[in-house]
Amino acid sequence: MNHADGNCETRTEWVNHVARIRDAQDQAAFAELFQHFAPRVKAFLIKSGSDVTLAEECAQEVMATLWHKAHLFDPARATVATWVFTIARNKRIDVLRKQRRPEPEDLGWGPEAEPDQHDIMALQQETAQLRDAMTALPEAQRELIEKAYFGDLSHREIASQTGLPLGTIKSRIRLALDRLRHSMN
Amino acid sequence: MSKNIKHHLTDDLLMAYAAGNLPEAFDLMVATHLSLCDHCRARAESFDAVGGCVLEDQESAARMSDGSLAATMALIAQGAPIAKPAQPGCSVLPAPLQDYVGGNVEAIKWRSIGMGVKQAILPTTSEATARLLFIPAGAAVPDHSHNGMELTMVLQGAFSDEVDHFARGDVEIADEDLHHTPTADMSEDCICLAVTDAPLKFNKLMPRLFQPFLRI
Repeated sequence: MNHADGNCETRTEWVNHVARIRDAQDQAAFAELFQHFAPRVKAFLIKSGSDVTLAEECAQEVMATLWHKAHLFDPARATVATWVFTIARNKRIDVLRKQRRPEPEDLGWGPEAEPDQHDIMALQQETAQLRDAMTALPEAQRELIEKAYFGDLSHREIASQTGLPLGTIKSRIRLALDRLRHSMN
Repeated sequence: MSKNIKHHLTDDLLMAYAAGNLPEAFDLMVATHLSLCDHCRARAESFDAVGGCVLEDQESAARMSDGSLAATMALIAQGAPIAKPAQPGCSVLPAPLQDYVGGNVEAIKWRSIGMGVKQAILPTTSEATARLLFIPAGAAVPDHSHNGMELTMVLQGAFSDEVDHFARGDVEIADEDLHHTPTADMSEDCICLAVTDAPLKFNKLMPRLFQPFLRI
């Protein structure tokens, strides 16, 4: 719990970085995000089977997408790391698997849909707890999850029993979706 | 948004969708269901969060090449790719399906497969097949079983089979063991999205003869 609280501040800081890009095209904020996430995206793509040159190129494109889509990021539903992961994953499907990626219908933003601070904090904190729980998983199980997310397992090999404590974070996201739907009506 | 969905996607499908490991036809099924079902959308986004943690906690990060930040800023200066116009909600085909059909229901290029049943195969990679099915009110799809997994989701109307009753947004997950004869409700023509990762096996002689050219 304490560990999660400690993580929380840095997570919320990334949220503010994205807001600064969205509101003020803040290049300094972008540079810090880049320094943290670009090497991780590059490593992720290499582990997914990309060569180093392509991974570098794609990591740059992923970070450029982050800039362009900053207005679509919803911190009540995802951390910045989660959001960057989804952009990197879609890039991998597009470039490495040469496949289209159908995405669900956008929920869009209503006029008063700006999420409140409490929702943001709670989601960020629950994700930090999930991260701690994943670190504490037995090595073999953790490796299996990593293999799945690096694209090394087919869908038939992914077991439905992951042992991941997703209950809270799931209800938190559900709540954020409900609020968003409500604000659009 | 459909609030009455009873039949949802499984955790392993949602996790494979989040991890990006599904054949394109299955991605299309998941994206279409999530467009109608906030329960599964929240579950899928929690599996995205697992991906975020994996990305964050890799043991070794790669070094970016010199000048990569400047190169990225140059990329940004070229401008954003043109965003797709927002699609209206509440149509029979959710947005991800409209992308594949090139419009709403009127744009579907149906081909008759007999007894009033029609289908339209959607352009995806060949590891799995996605098709739209049209079953006239009260009609049945011939009894069949499957070599692999078949997912069927209702978009309009409803159908019943040996398992249960399925309405808009509901997904039936069928495997090798299920022989079923889906029958559309009398009240309305039924339109479904069906996805298979192996050819169907029809259990009567006639439909089996048709199978090669039906591509199902």
